[in-house]
Amino acid sequence: MDFDSLSKIGAMIGSGGLVVMDEDTCMVEVARFFMNFTQRESCGKCVPCREGTKRMLEILERIVAGNGEMSDLDELEELADMIENTALCGLGKSAPKPVVSTIHAFRKEYEEHIIDKKCRAGVCSNLRVFKIDPEKCKGCSKCAKNCPVNAITGKIKSPFTIDHSKCIKCGSCIDNCPFGAVYTE
Amino acid sequence: MGIMTIDGQAIEFTDEPNVLSVIRKAGIDIPTLCYHSELSIYGACRLCTVEDDRGKTFASCSEKPRDGMIIYTNTPRLMRYRKLILELLLAAHCRDCTTCIKSGECHLQELAHRMGVHEIRFENVREIQPIDTSSHAIIRDPNKCILCGDCVRMCDNVQNINAIDFAYRGTDAQVIPAFNKKIAETDCVGCGQCRVVCPTGAISIHTNIDEVWEALADKNTKVIAQIAPAVRVAIGDNFGYAKGENVMGKLVGVLHRLGFDEVYDTSYGADLTVVEESKEFIERFTSGEKMPLFTSCCPAWVKYCENKYPEFVPNLSTCRSPQQMFGAVVREYYKDPEKNEGKKIVSVSIMPCTAKKEEILRPESYTNGKQDVDYVLTTTEIVRMIRKSGIVFDKVEIEAADVPFGIGSGSGVIFGVTGGVTEAVLRRLQQGHNRVDMESIKKSGVRGDDGIKVLTYNYNGREIKAAVVNGLANADKVLQQIKNHEAEYDFVEVMACRRGCIMGGGQPVNAGPRTRKARMKAYMIQM
Repeated sequence: MDFDSLSKIGAMIGSGGLVVMDEDTCMVEVARFFMNFTQRESCGKCVPCREGTKRMLEILERIVAGNGEMSDLDELEELADMIENTALCGLGKSAPKPVVSTIHAFRKEYEEHIIDKKCRAGVCSNLRVFKIDPEKCKGCSKCAKNCPVNAITGKIKSPFTIDHSKCIKCGSCIDNCPFGAVYTE
Repeated sequence: MGIMTIDGQAIEFTDEPNVLSVIRKAGIDIPTLCYHSELSIYGACRLCTVEDDRGKTFASCSEKPRDGMIIYTNTPRLMRYRKLILELLLAAHCRDCTTCIKSGECHLQELAHRMGVHEIRFENVREIQPIDTSSHAIIRDPNKCILCGDCVRMCDNVQNINAIDFAYRGTDAQVIPAFNKKIAETDCVGCGQCRVVCPTGAISIHTNIDEVWEALADKNTKVIAQIAPAVRVAIGDNFGYAKGENVMGKLVGVLHRLGFDEVYDTSYGADLTVVEESKEFIERFTSGEKMPLFTSCCPAWVKYCENKYPEFVPNLSTCRSPQQMFGAVVREYYKDPEKNEGKKIVSVSIMPCTAKKEEILRPESYTNGKQDVDYVLTTTEIVRMIRKSGIVFDKVEIEAADVPFGIGSGSGVIFGVTGGVTEAVLRRLQQGHNRVDMESIKKSGVRGDDGIKVLTYNYNGREIKAAVVNGLANADKVLQQIKNHEAEYDFVEVMACRRGCIMGGGQPVNAGPRTRKARMKAYMIQM
């Protein structure tokens, strides 16, 4: 592993630091995170960086929120190609790289977010589905009492259930369950 | 020096400052929004991006030409990039194009059409900003600003005023006066050069069209028009005439048809200014007091002097500008009930200049508490009025300006170009007006394109040293020289706009180097 072999597969080396991620990291969210950073760093002088990174970020935010469409991937690639080749300085020229390389290497994850509305790493909160394990639930009602939208109902001492049409995915049921019965898919 | 290959054509270049100029020389109108040959290079719009033979892309405005370079300007990917850049700009731009004042002349609109942007996939999420109408010369609509920075560099590089600049960063970036003040609260002199270079409707002229229509329709008013020298060589631009063609006769005819009761020539006012200014100059030249004498015809320059060099205000000529000379004469002349026929007099001047709109409101532009000139219409505004009326410009008969103030000398007409005032004053000082003397004045260095021209003229055995300056940054240089005793002049002519009123802030836009040359040449024949 050296500079040349890494850049050959489209990785950004920068100062030579490496970040190791495992299956608990969502690659779409990573792309959104880096784009958010560069978009904030943009000085606003040249059009590709000022306007382009903003639009790329909008699209990525849409995808992680579960509102993405397949055409968004084409738009991301179109914007990335233009920005990389026309931006004024190194910041703009490299801003789309995390997006381009994640689409290249983890296209499946993007498609899951867009088509199946699923985040396999369980990171994108909008895509999480909260469930109560009837085996573990003791029917204490603590989750229901803490649910801000009254999405959880049930009889005391028997397993509770979550109404997914009401659930806003805030996660307070997970935080409040004393038995670890609430989990996400 | 060298040869480069542009889209397969071998193009020779000499002293072109960048690849972009060589491309344009090759007959390719590569699109730009932030490049002006007279301003510093900014490189922000990226529309002029080209590709070399290795597929490397770069902005041609900020790359020096090199011998043997091979570049391509119109590959499919470059066209894709340009289209997308324009789509992104339009997405963050107020798109009420059908009602925008700049519609039809908007550079952004033109380029978007040319590049085939017919759909915008992104929503405009920019916060709506208030429109700044505080200035009598210009209106700023930040919602139409695309941050190309042309106005900022014009205000800095050429005019040295810096009334506006960039503030904030990223997508929050804006072009505004410091501390988000109103433009009227800054050192803005109203020259309108920012409006001339603005590719969109973000900076436009503060118009007085409605008031003038009202006056024209009112049967109880007599509307008097005066036409400034520089208008006649520019207005034809908008009606299909050759650049720089003098269409004064047509314009007089059109104004009569529009309902102006009397149409006069500001050259007459300029002649009065020359008479007064020459007299004042000789008095000061003889006594040596308040020297050098600065001209005061240009209101933007007067305001600049007041703002930045108050110590030189006494040096400004006490003469009124031609517009104000004329305004006062009209008021006096039409006091006579026989002349005004019992009607209210509305005095309108047709000017190449936005700063003239502020000049009429200055305290010294009033006589006995009454404003001498009621409204200033710029060339651009009168074009709009003519278009609205449906009058076909070139079908109107040529008419002479009305008597008695329709006759001005050639010396009055040349006020419209840099050096004109100085030349007129020198002619006035030269008794006899024989051909040899007139030729020697012409050749004294008073004419020409330079921002600062220095000349000496022999007057009754004494040498008059004069400086002819155009562009306020150049004026600043000359004032600094005088202040530091590095140069001594007897007479200093300043016009705020580069090349004088012919390139004023109210003139038709899209006036590049060829138009500049044509308008200047029109005056050479005049003189």
